[in-house]
Amino acid sequence: MLTYIVRRLAFMIPTLLVISVVAFAVIELPPGDFLTQQMAQWEELYGDRAEVMIENMRAIYGLDGSAIERYYRWITRIVFHGDFGRSFLENTRVTDIIMNRVFLTMGISLVTLFFTWIVAIPIGVYSAVKQYSFFDYLFTFFAFIGRAFPNFALALVLMYVAYTYFDWPIGGLMSRSFRGEPLSMAKIADVARHMVIPVIVIGTHGLAGLVRVLRAMILDEMNKEYVQTARSKGLSERVVIWKHVFIIACQPIVSTIGWLLPQIVSGAAIVSIVMNLPTTGEALLSALTNQDMYVAASFILVLSTLTLIGTLISDLLLAFIDPRIRYN
Amino acid sequence: MIKSHEYSEKDVDMTVEVEVPGKKDPQNIAQSQWKLIWRRFKKHKLAKNSLIILVLLYIGLVGFAEFFAVHDRTDIFRNRYLPPQTIRFFDNEGNFHIRPFIYNRTQQMDPRTWSQTTVEDYSQRYHLRLFARGFEYQLLGLFTTDIHLLGVEEGGQLFLLGTDQLGRCIFSRIMFGTRISLVIGLTGVFISMILGVVIGGISGLVGGIVDDAIQRLIEVLMSIPHIPLWMAFAAIVPDAWSPLQVYFAITLILSIIGWTGLARVVRSKFLSLREMDYVTAAHSFNAPMFYIIYKHLIPNFMSFLLVNLTLAIPTMILAETALSFLGIGLRPPVVSLGVLLQGAQNFQTVSMHPWLLFPVVMVIVIVLCYNFVGDGLRDAADPYQ
Repeated sequence: MLTYIVRRLAFMIPTLLVISVVAFAVIELPPGDFLTQQMAQWEELYGDRAEVMIENMRAIYGLDGSAIERYYRWITRIVFHGDFGRSFLENTRVTDIIMNRVFLTMGISLVTLFFTWIVAIPIGVYSAVKQYSFFDYLFTFFAFIGRAFPNFALALVLMYVAYTYFDWPIGGLMSRSFRGEPLSMAKIADVARHMVIPVIVIGTHGLAGLVRVLRAMILDEMNKEYVQTARSKGLSERVVIWKHVFIIACQPIVSTIGWLLPQIVSGAAIVSIVMNLPTTGEALLSALTNQDMYVAASFILVLSTLTLIGTLISDLLLAFIDPRIRYN
Repeated sequence: MIKSHEYSEKDVDMTVEVEVPGKKDPQNIAQSQWKLIWRRFKKHKLAKNSLIILVLLYIGLVGFAEFFAVHDRTDIFRNRYLPPQTIRFFDNEGNFHIRPFIYNRTQQMDPRTWSQTTVEDYSQRYHLRLFARGFEYQLLGLFTTDIHLLGVEEGGQLFLLGTDQLGRCIFSRIMFGTRISLVIGLTGVFISMILGVVIGGISGLVGGIVDDAIQRLIEVLMSIPHIPLWMAFAAIVPDAWSPLQVYFAITLILSIIGWTGLARVVRSKFLSLREMDYVTAAHSFNAPMFYIIYKHLIPNFMSFLLVNLTLAIPTMILAETALSFLGIGLRPPVVSLGVLLQGAQNFQTVSMHPWLLFPVVMVIVIVLCYNFVGDGLRDAADPYQ
């Protein structure tokens, strides 16, 4: 097991390296940089001196030199000093901006992940065990709808319903009265209330997919001989399903943790723009449109690293559940 | 001698009976794999009907969107945010009229609260007309006409699903937007398919270092959350580009990630097919590699590819919708369902003008149909059912 973990960790290093190159390349692709936008303004104000000033600014911001040099400087600072550079737009350390938002993104993602499982597992199992029953059709119907509904639209519809009929708080992270207040039970409860809609919205797509996969997996397994054997031993149906069938059938759930995370982060990006949540999505969008390159590149890098770690965890869990995987 | 001869003939007869189970069902004999898939698919009611709806949508809206639209997609009218129109059979005095009609409406603002109210003008009824005359357009690019499916008598203003923030007819814009969204799904998947099959095929057939490198690349692309990656690529598209260039750029961006899933699937299929007995048999007959791929691998995997493509198209459509909604996808004056939803971006607007969300209904219908067709195809293409 230890060698397996070590091997997987070793595999992550080149992947991470490539991701960092992709993240940086994506930010480098648009013509010009943040300072070219300033240039036009300054030329009007300062005339000929603007050129020199911009050159100086370039050196200060680290925008001089070739793309490869800049990448080298950027990545070595991150690796050796944990320094992601500075934001041009807000004139603060990128690390601060990221830290503020990544935790919230991860928090929402984890809650969403658990929400997805808690809802998907019973529904998937039920649909498979009671195949073609009324509730199976109902759940299947909702699963299809859930996959077809664009999540930003779902956010808008849920916000509309929650606001009009339930007087439920919408938008933002917490009510205005709690802003800047010290942490208290009431504040946590308020934040939790604000989280309900985002979690439902972000989770729905993955949830619907998971129900379908789980149902299909269990139906496949139910016909196998070991199930018959278990039944013929006189085991109760509950034991047969949960201890024998489900353990095998839940493998796709475990193996998709890694792939579910990028989905959730993506979903969170859109939903947080609609719902005005201070997660990474919104910050990334504004960084991208303003060519605030270190912020944008760092966000992509950090989010990708987190999903890589997610994949690693899911692979380890999978190896833990199914010993056959380890020996391959 | 004679006896034994009789016996043996009977035996032969029996084996014939057993070997051709299709004898009871003569249709089953010597039908190609595609015909079998098609026959099973037709039994799947939901999938069949979804396919019919999709075909109708493609023919109707990709070919004849202008015919179904009431107003042109950029026509701007004075009344903004008009709610959907009521088509009436009874006038305001309760009299029944056999021909459906509408009343014209105007927007009035309450001078104290600044809230807008819609007032109907009961003085004049405007009857609806089939095959009415409206704006001029080129039908299929062949000839100019001004006939539309639905229209209203001279002077009437027909906004079936209301108007948007600029006073444009939402119904007509949905017709035009659906056309673009339907096509972008297909073009995006087409590009992904080429990339996926070629790269995945190479990965599966060549193996070794090439395979490893391609797999790592796919892993990298899949680990980066899609929306941020799309956002990054879409932010690159220069402002100065023409709508058509932007359109192709966005399709390419969607395919950049779309091919990875397909390539993995193609590779694993190639890997498993390579080990099949009949492929080994073909090898032992000294069949050339190209012949084996063409004759044995591709037919085996076409149905499978088709299922995957059907399920990839709705993902593309949803992705385009999301990108355009965020304002980094297609740009006006190109109208897609996502561009239409840009108007519904914040909650305040939606709560006051919920009809701005009508394009979502179209998105859901299209995506649902594709998913049903994909599921039906998957069941039909599975030979073990």
